[in-house]
Amino acid sequence: MERTIYREIKATRQVWGLAIILAGFVAGSLAAFFYVEHHGHIVTGMNNRIVWGLPHVFAIFLIVAASGALNVASIASVFDQKVYKPMARLSAVIAMALLIGGLVILVLDLGRPDRIIIAATVYNFSSIFAWNLILYTGFLGIVGAYLFAQMSKDVPYATTRKIGLLAFVWRLALTTGTGSIFGWLVARPGYDAAIMAPMFIAMSFAFGLAMFLLLTATLLRLSDRVIGDALMHRLGRLLAVFIAAVLYFTVVRHLTNLYTAEHAGFEYFTLIGGGIYTWLFWLGQVLIGGLVPLALLLLPGFGKSPKTPLVASVLVVIGGFAQVYVIVIGGQAYPMELFPGYEITSGSGLGGIANYSPSLPELALGLGGVAVALLAVGVGTKVLRILPTTLSDANIGQDPL
Amino acid sequence: MKVPTLKGADISRRDFLRSGAAVATATLAPGVTLMAFGGSEAEAAADAGKRWGLLIDANKCDADCDACVSACSTENGWKGEGNPETDAQWIRKITLQNTSTGREVTMPMMCQHCEEPPCVDVCPTGASFKRVDGIVLVDKHTCIGCRYCMMACPFDARSFIHEPVINQKSHAPRGKGTVESCTLCVHRIDKGGRPACAEACEATGHEAIIFGDLKDPESDISKRLAKFPSVALRPDLDLNPGVRYTNL
Amino acid sequence: MILFFRLALLCAVAFGAGSLAAQERSSLLPDIPAATGEPHAEGNAFWRRNHMDLMSHDRDLTLRDGDREIDASLKGCFDCHTAKDEAGQIVTYESEQHFCRSCHEYVAVKVDCFMCHRSTPDGVDEHALQAAFLPRKPLDSADIQGVIVYLNQNASKPAEAGQ
Repeated sequence: MERTIYREIKATRQVWGLAIILAGFVAGSLAAFFYVEHHGHIVTGMNNRIVWGLPHVFAIFLIVAASGALNVASIASVFDQKVYKPMARLSAVIAMALLIGGLVILVLDLGRPDRIIIAATVYNFSSIFAWNLILYTGFLGIVGAYLFAQMSKDVPYATTRKIGLLAFVWRLALTTGTGSIFGWLVARPGYDAAIMAPMFIAMSFAFGLAMFLLLTATLLRLSDRVIGDALMHRLGRLLAVFIAAVLYFTVVRHLTNLYTAEHAGFEYFTLIGGGIYTWLFWLGQVLIGGLVPLALLLLPGFGKSPKTPLVASVLVVIGGFAQVYVIVIGGQAYPMELFPGYEITSGSGLGGIANYSPSLPELALGLGGVAVALLAVGVGTKVLRILPTTLSDANIGQDPL
Repeated sequence: MKVPTLKGADISRRDFLRSGAAVATATLAPGVTLMAFGGSEAEAAADAGKRWGLLIDANKCDADCDACVSACSTENGWKGEGNPETDAQWIRKITLQNTSTGREVTMPMMCQHCEEPPCVDVCPTGASFKRVDGIVLVDKHTCIGCRYCMMACPFDARSFIHEPVINQKSHAPRGKGTVESCTLCVHRIDKGGRPACAEACEATGHEAIIFGDLKDPESDISKRLAKFPSVALRPDLDLNPGVRYTNL
Repeated sequence: MILFFRLALLCAVAFGAGSLAAQERSSLLPDIPAATGEPHAEGNAFWRRNHMDLMSHDRDLTLRDGDREIDASLKGCFDCHTAKDEAGQIVTYESEQHFCRSCHEYVAVKVDCFMCHRSTPDGVDEHALQAAFLPRKPLDSADIQGVIVYLNQNASKPAEAGQ
């Protein structure tokens, strides 16, 4: 095992090409922002029933993935797994970048984004949303310090470990907060569940590791550096555990809901009669995002291939989007039970399943946020010494397959 | 015409701000200071000794009448653009059908002015707030348009302003990108009046909407609540709304 | 520093208004519409200096505490401070002649009030002047006529000034 050497990535034509494509997406999101800002949210698919739409799906996916992307660093310095250490810096950078991308979307979708200074200065401490703002900014600060400690020669390793522990605890709090944004909405049968918080943590593990794997593999490929097959396999098995955890929490959540009579209607909606939401749940989340990647990673044939964890990661990301979509949009679309025993026959928009069809500006805004995150990772690895020159098994002390 | 109440132009701003409302209401004209006792002055501001509420009698509400909705719309200057999904709806008429008996009921729905309003709990900037007299409002000066209050409201009572607005009423400012809902016609209440919907309903002769002080046992609304059965919507959430329904 | 800057601006504005009264207005200074009603007892300089703090203080009294007997209300301003265009119509904030805008444009301070508040007294129909500029719906012929009328009004302004 040799000493890990970190070097900036070189600005090749390929890197520039990717950067320009990403910048195009960022420009698209800004255009969408100004368009919606000028005309009002009437030009989006969002309405008074579906108040959070596609942009929020992107934002929440990115924020959840952000805290999960930090796991690799946490495994290295909190749980002392030496093999993960060379990837710890990158893990911190990806975590911060994904969070920034998600927050950019949230801010640009506000009805009054010009008043963001109010959100930053006036807090209502009974609001979990306000707490989240503190958790987000705190996360950026702590992970930034964590990255600095890892990169500085003057910070002793013991201190780095302590900051790493703080970052780990903070990321758990952050995802708990994100899950509680929904879990504490007691009026809505689609939310109102304490299990939302731990389920979001499991989701963050899976989405975050998947995003980390994809970004790391891309960056290594772009800079002609290698990643060991055995390391890839190891990360793939970790991903399999996280996918299983998400499936587990999903099963528990829905079984619990089925057991409570008052939530039976919502369960019927999600599992059987919800149209697009039912499809997204079974096909998107359970099959594409859960069972298929799990099978790929664990089956003896595919499991050994170094490509499998990357394919599984792509599937997890797709399934993750489907899952967040079902949670965020499906939870709003299903009506609240205002009058038990009665059906609302006319209500000027009240009652019934709410309509929602996402619009182009919303998609552009969401993709732009993803582009901001990816661009930030790229700039980070371009200007800082974050990416190891090699992640071969021999170099990092990973036993070969 | 209003006349400023400062003793002179040399008074510092801090003193002015500190003196606040007390001085403001005590001077009627330059050099003429009137000390007002109780009466209209006490009624002028929100009073913690009161809790304003509505009692809606579903039996008296006529399915073909929307006087309350149009009165609210005229009073507060909101109107539909023809899309119930994105239009402002401070108050709406809803019709329910009993799924087993087929009995139909109709009644108005608006902000329920909860004692424990979920919208106020979740608002990150404190723009959603409850006055001491129980009226739940949105402070549009600090609303950032995040819509979390709409996620939290159990009654879908709030509207997000999806389009630019002009020609607002001066007592009901409203603008694109903020959230709004029924104000219980707070501008009328502060002047000793009652909400436009209650007034309009009485004018039609239905008298399905009774407005009054829930804390005053002698008020019409309190007497009716004490005498006849009534319900709060979503009783499971224990929000103690200020709007009550009877004969549902 | 900021205070000093604000005081300097105040002097400039006060000077501008003073000379306006003497019919010697420099073209560089804002053209503040004349007010009706009784003058402020504290003097214009006080209100120019403090109106923003007074208004934001009093708006909280009204909104949060229900106190409507306040002095510094936006609605109250328009009791006296309205501007009319050449056609004798009360102008909205869309017009550069609007009372608030005449100064705020000059000092480059953007106000947020008229996103939600009307910029004229109750009863004035704000639609006529503004509707054509809102992206609410495709322009119809009435809107286009409105734009032409509006543009003609503005176009005739320099000509009148030149006479």
